[in-house]
Order: sequence, then structure tokens, then C-alpha cells
Amino acid sequence: MIRGRVDKLTILKEIGDFIVYQILGMKWLNELIGNLIQWIFGETFANSTWGEIIQYFFYDFIKIGLLLCFLIFIISYIQSFFPPERTKKILSRYHGIGANALGALLGTVTPFCSCSSIPIFIGFSRAGLSTGVTFSFLISSPLVDLGALALLTSIFGYGVALTYVAVGLILAIIGGTIIEKTGLGKHIEPFVTEGIDIIIESQKLTFKDRLIYSKDQMLSTYKKVVLYIVIGVIIGAVIHNLIPEAWIVSALGSNNPLSVIYATIIGAPIYADIFGTIPVAEALYAKGAGLGTILAFMMSVTTLSLPSLIMLKKVVKWKLLIAFIGIVMIGIIIIGYAFNGLEYLFIN
Amino acid sequence: MIIKVLGTGCPNCKKMVANVSQAVKELNIEATIEKVENIQKIMAYGVMRLPAIVIDGQVKTMGRVLSCEEVKKYLL
Repeated sequence: MIRGRVDKLTILKEIGDFIVYQILGMKWLNELIGNLIQWIFGETFANSTWGEIIQYFFYDFIKIGLLLCFLIFIISYIQSFFPPERTKKILSRYHGIGANALGALLGTVTPFCSCSSIPIFIGFSRAGLSTGVTFSFLISSPLVDLGALALLTSIFGYGVALTYVAVGLILAIIGGTIIEKTGLGKHIEPFVTEGIDIIIESQKLTFKDRLIYSKDQMLSTYKKVVLYIVIGVIIGAVIHNLIPEAWIVSALGSNNPLSVIYATIIGAPIYADIFGTIPVAEALYAKGAGLGTILAFMMSVTTLSLPSLIMLKKVVKWKLLIAFIGIVMIGIIIIGYAFNGLEYLFIN
Repeated sequence: MIIKVLGTGCPNCKKMVANVSQAVKELNIEATIEKVENIQKIMAYGVMRLPAIVIDGQVKTMGRVLSCEEVKKYLL
């Protein structure tokens, strides 16, 4: 009996490993590119630093591109069921921390581009949603991305990816709740609420409409982020092959007590897509940077950026903007230290 | 016909205006194209996804850059 159970578990683990390493991680692709380089340029070049940099670049670039296109398509299809008009309607029925939790969850599935953040902010406020709930939505939307979940799984495995999503949602819920309870939420520009809530029906979409929408989203997202991916992968390839491990360990390893704070502060003003950030994170991690440090960097880059803060400033006053930055940064720093402290639980 | 393109001036919104102008020109119809960038005016339509297109006071699409061909369907 016991024997049979163990066998079943082993099989499940093998299937899991296959998904993580071969389907999401695409280890076969790495070997294929390695063999191609060797075949074209010869063994000496393939094993040189430049050969390895080129192999790493193409492997990571193609892997992220394929995953991104596949994921954006699936995700856009799901998102087409949750336009902001519908999210607004759902959220306006709830109050208290439940509303914050729902706001954070809907943030992950509502399609959202940075140029729509202002209309969404105003639309939600005019529908009577509290500023705290709107902030829960605005924090989780860029932070907990379904695509990021799959990419994180491909690099760090399920444990880290699911924990990332969980702590991201908690940060969004707590951040929004603090803004609510401290009364900071009332520091918004008066014009935001001066105006009536206009309810328009979202367009009825057919199956074909949703497929067209998903395809459009896939292509436009890929075009938008391809530059970030190239830059991210180049930086990643350089870190992977040229920067000595000892440097990274001493600056960003979990033994450096300030590493998480550095990573969060450096990441905040940078504007990059999460898909561009992941290759850098992957390379830093392979070279001994702390897990929490890397996650803090990624969270900081995606949630806070100069362009999005400038946008937000149009609808909120300084006091609320600074509180928002402070809450998010402190939250990220706490998450970073927690992950560094518990790293041994995730990695075996 | 009055066509309004709602958008805060991001590249997508500009592309939308160009596609609309192209469609009007190709169909050779009488239409005024107006770009609405003021957020208060945009919100008066209840639109939360940009760019959006409003034809004779009616919101037709939101959150998507329409191609020239797609715009034509709404104009005919």
C-alpha cells in the first residue's frame, strides 16, 4: 500500500518537474541553441564566454517571447470577461476589507494599461468606491500579473510563484486598507468626484470578438515590451557570464542586511515591464543574489515608476501620493526580508 | 456626422485618430473629427478604457485601437 502511494507521488513530481523545466523552462531550447552554435561556429567558440553569452541571449529571448505570446493570448481571453465597467459594478456592492480583497483580486484580471489608470480612478471614485478600494486595485493590477505568475514558475518553481502572488495580493489589500482607515484617502483632487457616475453597458462580445481581442492584445503587448525584453535579456546575459559571483553575493546576497532596501530603492523609479525585469532577476538569482532581494526589486520596478506616479499625481494630492509610495515601499521591503529569511523553505 | 476620438494623448490614441481620418478620407464622406483630450469631457461619456470612439454622441468602442477597415464599418 505504502509503496504504491510513494510511486504515485514520484510520478506526480516527475510530471510537475517536466512542466516546470521542459514546458515552462524550455531546457530543450537551451540545448538546441547550444548545439546550433557549436555546429555553426565550432566547439571552441561555443565554449568561450562570447559563445555562452550568445547562447544565453537567444535562449532567454526566445523562451520569454514564446511564453509571453502564449500567456497574453490566454490571459486576454479571460480578461475580456472583466472589463473595468463590470469590475466597477461588482466592487460598488461591497464594503470594508472584503471590498479591498475583491479589488485586489479583480486587479489581476481586469485589463489595464497605464493610460487608462486615470479614467479608471475617476470612474471608480464617482461610482462611490472608496479610495482605499481603488488603491487595492491599482496596486495589484501591475504587481500580480497572471503572466508573471507563469514566468516566475518557469524560473523559480511553483512555491515561489504562488507565494509571490499571495504576498502581492496581501500587500494590495493592506495598502488599500491603510489608505482607507487613516483617512488619507480623502486627499484626492476635487474634480475627481465632481461629476456624476455614468453607467454604460460594456459591448456584448461574441467568441470571435474575444479571439480577435486576444490576438490584438498579444501582438500589441509583444511590440510594446519587446525592447524591454531585449534590454533585460542583454543585462541578464552579461550578469550571467561576466560579473563575478562574489560581487553579486556581497552586494545582493541575503547576508548583506541592506540588500533588500537597496533593491527596492533602485527599482522604484525604473519603468520596465515585468517581462523585462524577469531575465535580470533570473541571472542575479543564479549568481547568488537573495531570493527576497530579487523579488523586492521586481515588485518595486513594476508597482512604482516615475511615469505612473506622474500620472497618479493628476488625481491625488501630494500627501496621498507620498503615503502611497511609502506604504508600497515598506511593504515590499518587509516581503523581501521575509523571503530572504525563509528562502531555505522554497529552494531545495 | 460627428466623430470624436477620446484619449489622453498616448501613442495609441494618436494612432486611432490617424486611422479614423484615413477611413473618412477613403470613404469620402462628410464628417468632422474631433479629438477629446480633456479628462472631464472624456469622463462625461462614462468611458474608462482608452482610446474610445464616439459617433454622433454614441460610444461605439473602448480600449482598442481600431484599424482603418474597422472604423469604416462604424461609419457606413
